[in-house]
Amino acid sequence: MTAGVATPMGSRTATRSRAIAPRSSGRPWTFYVLATVFVLYVAALYGPMICIYVLSFQDVRGGLVFPMKGLSLHWFVDLFTQVRTGDVQGSFDRSIKLAILVTIITVVVSFLAGMGFRRRFRGDSIVFYLMIGSLVAPGLVLGIGTGLLFNLLGIEAHWYTAAIGAQLSWTLPFGVLVMFAVMSRFDRAWEEAARDLGATRAQTIWLVVIPILSPGIVAVALFGFTLSYDEFARTLQTAGSLNTLPLEIWSMTLNVTSPSLYALGTVTTLISFLIIGACLGAISLIQKRRAATLGGVPR
Amino acid sequence: MTAGKGGDIELAGLSKSFDGSTYVVEGVNLKIPDGAYCCFLGPSGCGKTTILRMVAGHEDPTSGEIVIGGENVVGLPPLARRTAMMFQSYALFPHLSVRDNIAFALRVRGMSKQERYAKADEMMDKVQLGELADRLPAQLSGGQQQRVALARAAITEPRVLLLDEPLSALDEQLRIQMRQELRRMQRQLGITFIHVTHTQLEAIALADLVVVMEKGRIKQTGPARDVYASPKDRYVAEFLGGQNLIRGRVQTVNGHHAVVTAADLRGIEVPLTAAPRVAVGDDIAVAVRRDDIELVRPGGAPLPAGVTSIASRVLAIEYQGYFLKVMLDTMEGGEFIAYVPERKFYGDPFEVGDVVLATWAVEHARILT
Repeated sequence: MTAGVATPMGSRTATRSRAIAPRSSGRPWTFYVLATVFVLYVAALYGPMICIYVLSFQDVRGGLVFPMKGLSLHWFVDLFTQVRTGDVQGSFDRSIKLAILVTIITVVVSFLAGMGFRRRFRGDSIVFYLMIGSLVAPGLVLGIGTGLLFNLLGIEAHWYTAAIGAQLSWTLPFGVLVMFAVMSRFDRAWEEAARDLGATRAQTIWLVVIPILSPGIVAVALFGFTLSYDEFARTLQTAGSLNTLPLEIWSMTLNVTSPSLYALGTVTTLISFLIIGACLGAISLIQKRRAATLGGVPR
Repeated sequence: MTAGKGGDIELAGLSKSFDGSTYVVEGVNLKIPDGAYCCFLGPSGCGKTTILRMVAGHEDPTSGEIVIGGENVVGLPPLARRTAMMFQSYALFPHLSVRDNIAFALRVRGMSKQERYAKADEMMDKVQLGELADRLPAQLSGGQQQRVALARAAITEPRVLLLDEPLSALDEQLRIQMRQELRRMQRQLGITFIHVTHTQLEAIALADLVVVMEKGRIKQTGPARDVYASPKDRYVAEFLGGQNLIRGRVQTVNGHHAVVTAADLRGIEVPLTAAPRVAVGDDIAVAVRRDDIELVRPGGAPLPAGVTSIASRVLAIEYQGYFLKVMLDTMEGGEFIAYVPERKFYGDPFEVGDVVLATWAVEHARILT
């Protein structure tokens, strides 16, 4: 991309500026500088995670730091057989269930908010900032507050009570923002056309609005799911006595001193990727099927 | 499809205000006969689209009545009015195939898949969309999209079809082609069309009835030729184009003619008509069609009787194909243009800077209100 920018400029100023457009070699030196920066950026982004994944594949002699000792799946087996590593299975179940609940609520509320905000109304900007405001509140404090509030109301904090509330304060603003972006490309004429053709309100939403917005709705759902699945700060004080997966991993860092901790990291990452991959796969499958039913060849 | 009985429309005192103080449509009265092709013409913001949307039932009038086929339809949903609208940029449902788009109105009525597809296929044959039935709207050209939009609206068997700037999304060549197709469809369906446009060529090419609007009011209504060749006032003359406007003061009035002068204008003679009445001292505007102007070189044979002339200089010349547009510096501030047929122009071509006499038959000038 650097080369693309430099070429038209270079052709104009070739005689003056040797730096930007060398005559013989294909790429200007800026390309190599920026490529290096990009490689460093990617390394900083993914390097730490890759360390964890690599270290989880050590054999029985393995420790928590480099150098790597041997190569095996020992710690993955250990993860699922040893009781001392903690309640991995249970916390995973809870995290998935919690994420699904949070996703459903996020999608429904974001969709309704998106529909509601297409028209301006009195005080709409106040309502908007109230919705977005909880993003800037420190998560840990918000979690403590949610826990206190549930305590005050006499509801025992569980992953399926207070934790849902705390996580929604995180996923909903994101969901609403994504939905607004999606909605901004929705043409009201589609709704009017449906009404013009005799559709009721419910038919318009079901047959026109939701199908057109479906890619955006899937995006909101993915956001909700992944944000909830690895949420830590807000869940810490609201999940009650039974841990979610991120809380379990955190507590394991305090008392587990073997690479099975890293194995857990590898497994949970894999599950995240599987879920995202499944969603994207489903979308492209729908699109392919849609294209396959088309008789004509696209021009 | 039978001719929509009772597709005549009457707008009575129709007004619309969105904020309660400024009116985008104000006191519009209009009768459109059944089966007419009517064009609302005006610049953007003149209220023409608002009128269309009120007739369609997508907007409620602040006051006034909309009578279709003898029945006041204000407050009724579009389906009950038996109107159908074709939206600007068509608003085709992007997730549905051509067939499903066209069958949508039947689907929401609960018609079975087999039955509605049969009807949709029939309609697609009518507008030559048969082989595109399974395409998505994004895979169609602009002209094809327009045909789908037309078919989707027509399948509800409306008595009035409302078209909001239907040709604005198309390029120039296609626009002329689709113009003819619209007219053909209107004849074939035999229903009333109301078409909103800001392009005067489109309006006069298509319409049985042209309605020229300005700032929420109707300025002139009539057949295309009346509106183009005999504009009632300066606004209509300027908006439809093709006219030279001369502003001046009435100096004398004698029976059938008046003489008008201005600072940079010797007296020119104009014929008097029943309306508008003019008296000595009135400031008036006179319109002369650009193709009625004949350019002659000064110092030639004397002008025949009944011909008026203004001496001027050629400012610019534009080649337009079958005619040339010659711009003159007749008046300060206003433009004065002559359309000269191409062959005639090159018989004795003028150059920029030449002094010419712009002449026209006195009877061709018209006094505007």
